[in-house]
Amino acid sequence: MTQIAPDVREVSARPQNAGRDWLREALPKIVLSPSLAMVLIFVYGFIIFTFYLSFTDSRILPSYGWEGWSNYSKLFRIRAWDTAVSNLLIFGSLYIVICCALGLALAILLDQKIRAEGFIRTVYLYPMALSFIVTGTAWKWFLDPGIGLQAVVRSWGWESFTFDWIKDGDMAIYTIVIAAVWQTSGFVMAMFLAGLRGIDNEVLKAAQIDGASNWALYRRIVIPQLRPAFMSAFVVLAHMAIKSYDLVIALTGGGPGTATELPATFMYSYTFTRNQMGIGAASATIMLMAIAAIMVPYIYSELREKK
Amino acid sequence: MSSNATATVVRTGAGSRFVIYTLLILFCLYYLLPLYVMVVNSLKPLSEIQAGGMMSLPEEWTVAPWASAWSTAQIGVEATGLKPFFWNSIVMVVPAVAISTVLGALNGYVLTKWRFRGDTIIFGLLLFGCFIPFQMVLIPMARMLGIVGLAGTVPGLIFVHLVYGIGFSTLYFRNYYQQFPTELVRAAMIDGAGFFTIFRRIMLPSSGPIAVVCVIWQFTNIWNDFLFGASFSDFDSQPMTVALNNLVQSSTGVKEYNVHFAGAIMAALPTLLVYIVAGRYFVRGLMAGSVKG
Amino acid sequence: MGFLDIKNATKSYGAVKVLHETDISIEEGEFLVLVGPSGCGKSTLLNMIAGLENITTGDIAIKGRSMNGVRPADRNIAMVFQSYALYPNMNVGQNIVFGLEMHGVPKPERDKAMKEVAELLQIEHLLDRKPGQLSGGQRQRVAMGRALVRDPDVFLFDEPLSNLDAKLRVDMRTEIKKLHQKLKTTIVYVTHDQIEALTLSTRIAVMYGGHVQQLGTPKEIYDNPANMFVAGFMGSPSMNLFPATIAVENGRAVARTKLVGGAEATLPFAEGRGFERHEGRDIVLGLRPEAITDRDGADRNSQSVHVVEAHVEVTEPAGSDTFVVTQMGGKEVTGRFRADVDVQAGQSFPFAINMDKAVVFDPETEARIS
Repeated sequence: MTQIAPDVREVSARPQNAGRDWLREALPKIVLSPSLAMVLIFVYGFIIFTFYLSFTDSRILPSYGWEGWSNYSKLFRIRAWDTAVSNLLIFGSLYIVICCALGLALAILLDQKIRAEGFIRTVYLYPMALSFIVTGTAWKWFLDPGIGLQAVVRSWGWESFTFDWIKDGDMAIYTIVIAAVWQTSGFVMAMFLAGLRGIDNEVLKAAQIDGASNWALYRRIVIPQLRPAFMSAFVVLAHMAIKSYDLVIALTGGGPGTATELPATFMYSYTFTRNQMGIGAASATIMLMAIAAIMVPYIYSELREKK
Repeated sequence: MSSNATATVVRTGAGSRFVIYTLLILFCLYYLLPLYVMVVNSLKPLSEIQAGGMMSLPEEWTVAPWASAWSTAQIGVEATGLKPFFWNSIVMVVPAVAISTVLGALNGYVLTKWRFRGDTIIFGLLLFGCFIPFQMVLIPMARMLGIVGLAGTVPGLIFVHLVYGIGFSTLYFRNYYQQFPTELVRAAMIDGAGFFTIFRRIMLPSSGPIAVVCVIWQFTNIWNDFLFGASFSDFDSQPMTVALNNLVQSSTGVKEYNVHFAGAIMAALPTLLVYIVAGRYFVRGLMAGSVKG
Repeated sequence: MGFLDIKNATKSYGAVKVLHETDISIEEGEFLVLVGPSGCGKSTLLNMIAGLENITTGDIAIKGRSMNGVRPADRNIAMVFQSYALYPNMNVGQNIVFGLEMHGVPKPERDKAMKEVAELLQIEHLLDRKPGQLSGGQRQRVAMGRALVRDPDVFLFDEPLSNLDAKLRVDMRTEIKKLHQKLKTTIVYVTHDQIEALTLSTRIAVMYGGHVQQLGTPKEIYDNPANMFVAGFMGSPSMNLFPATIAVENGRAVARTKLVGGAEATLPFAEGRGFERHEGRDIVLGLRPEAITDRDGADRNSQSVHVVEAHVEVTEPAGSDTFVVTQMGGKEVTGRFRADVDVQAGQSFPFAINMDKAVVFDPETEARIS
């Protein structure tokens, strides 16, 4: 605990300098206050406002007629919301599992004293620098059966080759997974690589002397030590999955039909295109609850450890 | 990222090394494929793409799709090209990044070197603000921007990005300043330096690395944003990402895939450039955003 | 009233009291060392003198002026930190005069002061370098220069030598002592190293658990430790402490203790110590290693050297001396023998014990019995 400010709260300041001392004391807090005020109003104030709206009869504009839980009960009867939630579960779990598996595998491979490691790392990671709109555009046309992969493979002579998931209501959600994994897995790789580099090599040497095979070394000693990296990866990926909006818009626009609707796109379209603001606010509230359930314990534990 | 930390001591035989390299190269191809597709198809006539030649190099090289995407392509209802929107993004990004970085530095300084009762809670509040789903603030923010007359303007977007960027910039500087030796601050206090003098003379000169990380992070995030751009901008104030999406999704006329790819590269170029020039800072930024504390 | 007065000062973090009521008063020109293990409150006390931590209750005054609520910059103090805390972005010269600059001293005067200090510490050739380009010893000098240039009322040193390697530490210790003798400045110096405390100080405050255990001159502390903590902490190897019982033989007080194998040693105290009144009392006997030696190495001026045959468990030749370990009262006891004495582990050997130097503690309270 660093308590370094010369704190005079508990002792009497000399009266002739009281004003100056007060300013000196308060200066750090004054500097912090604009940011705090902005966050209190525009994050927490707005959260409360939206939360309130979710109980009102707001349609195209905010309106303050109290409707209790009716927006929530309506929300759960809307088929598109059902689709959005089950899509999120499919997308979220595949996205997290594949990113972690791929990221861990690539990190372990890249940790084997690889020539040109820096270059390979750069290649794996650059998608993270792109906008989801760019990623979505690239994959949209690449996966388009008319001109993309399917057309190319057919032009090579495999006439019956079919890959039209993006046009198929049952499969389109998986194209979102493909593009999202492409964009983020390199980053997860970097997180695991940093975790691997943090492991004490002497422990590995000791295990080698004990006769552990490479497989046993990773399974028994290395991977269990990567728990913090797994935690961080999970939190980041889960949080990104719940917030996913741009990628869906650019890749499928939520379609075909509502096949790739996610809560984030649902909220937007109900609030701003369908003028069901109360329902939109209710869906946003549920998204917030989901993220808070993941982030609050994480932030809490991170801040506690630091003390 | 700990790229200079030593790699593992695990030893691998020649056979498995061959497999490892093969796998690594295959994944390089996987990650590069979409970029390759974007680049080659932005340089070929539309007819070659329609004929199923997406994977081949252009038979006829042309920069016409780039010219079209930049200055004449149909965005929404007008044939302006992406150029005005590229500038919108620049005008939006620069002040938002600059102001949020400065505020983040001051906040981080206060939260680590001038601690007071409740400072951890304040930091927790700022931090959680980074992670909320922004859907939760869209409605009131749209209302508020309308009331103060900033709806559909670039300054409005700057303000929004500033508000929701402060949390991350504070996080970066706080974590960095936490490592900064407190004895230096104490020495300066005894030497007679005040709050701002210590910040300017002692902290700032050592803040270069984290400022770079923070600027890169904010730049990438704000440049790549779509949700706020789509929600709070008019046609005239659209940022690049929204304009690109409008270009690609426009349903009128023939789909000019080559122009779309050229536009996508334009939208990606600034952040890609930053990534290539300052890659290791970029990675550090990403990591700090996830592995907190 | 002294030059620096600490009156009834305490420090608490919430419910945790890290410094209990402390009274220390030192005169101008004194060199006070606060010594103790980590967490004993010594650095907290130093930071309270500096004004870097507020004082919970009590008062700290310099030259009779209360420092409560006075910010560090206005206390006319200077401080040397463990990490040296040199500003990394400024060169050595700028580092040294930063404090003068902050106090509004004009540039010509600053330059003059910088030259004087640089000359005093022989760091003129380093003035244009950045701290990163300096060795540990050079950084140490610059840090002292930064303190000296201010010409403060009190110098505060916070473990200034603990980041140096062993040899440099000894050299710098001598240097600091010389500087103090030359400049006659008032110094408060924190260390966990008892040798530094003994060599540098004019007075020592031994601290433990937030309490000052003993305040006194190095000789008082070394010869007459107030309790078993001070006895064990000060001196290296530390004082032997072992159980014994006081008896009276022929009107003279003796300490009886068990040797290896069950034999009993009887060690008469010097005349006039007055322990006769404690007849029958269980005590802890304290003897420094140099008070337990070979027969010919014993202090010839001592009134009460007593020779005991004891079983040698280990010998540790250390060049100039040989440390010989036996057991008394069931505790390991180390004696300092001359290096050329031929003593082997496993044999029985005469130990000459100088009871003039013996100190006696109460096993319950651990306080010294006089």
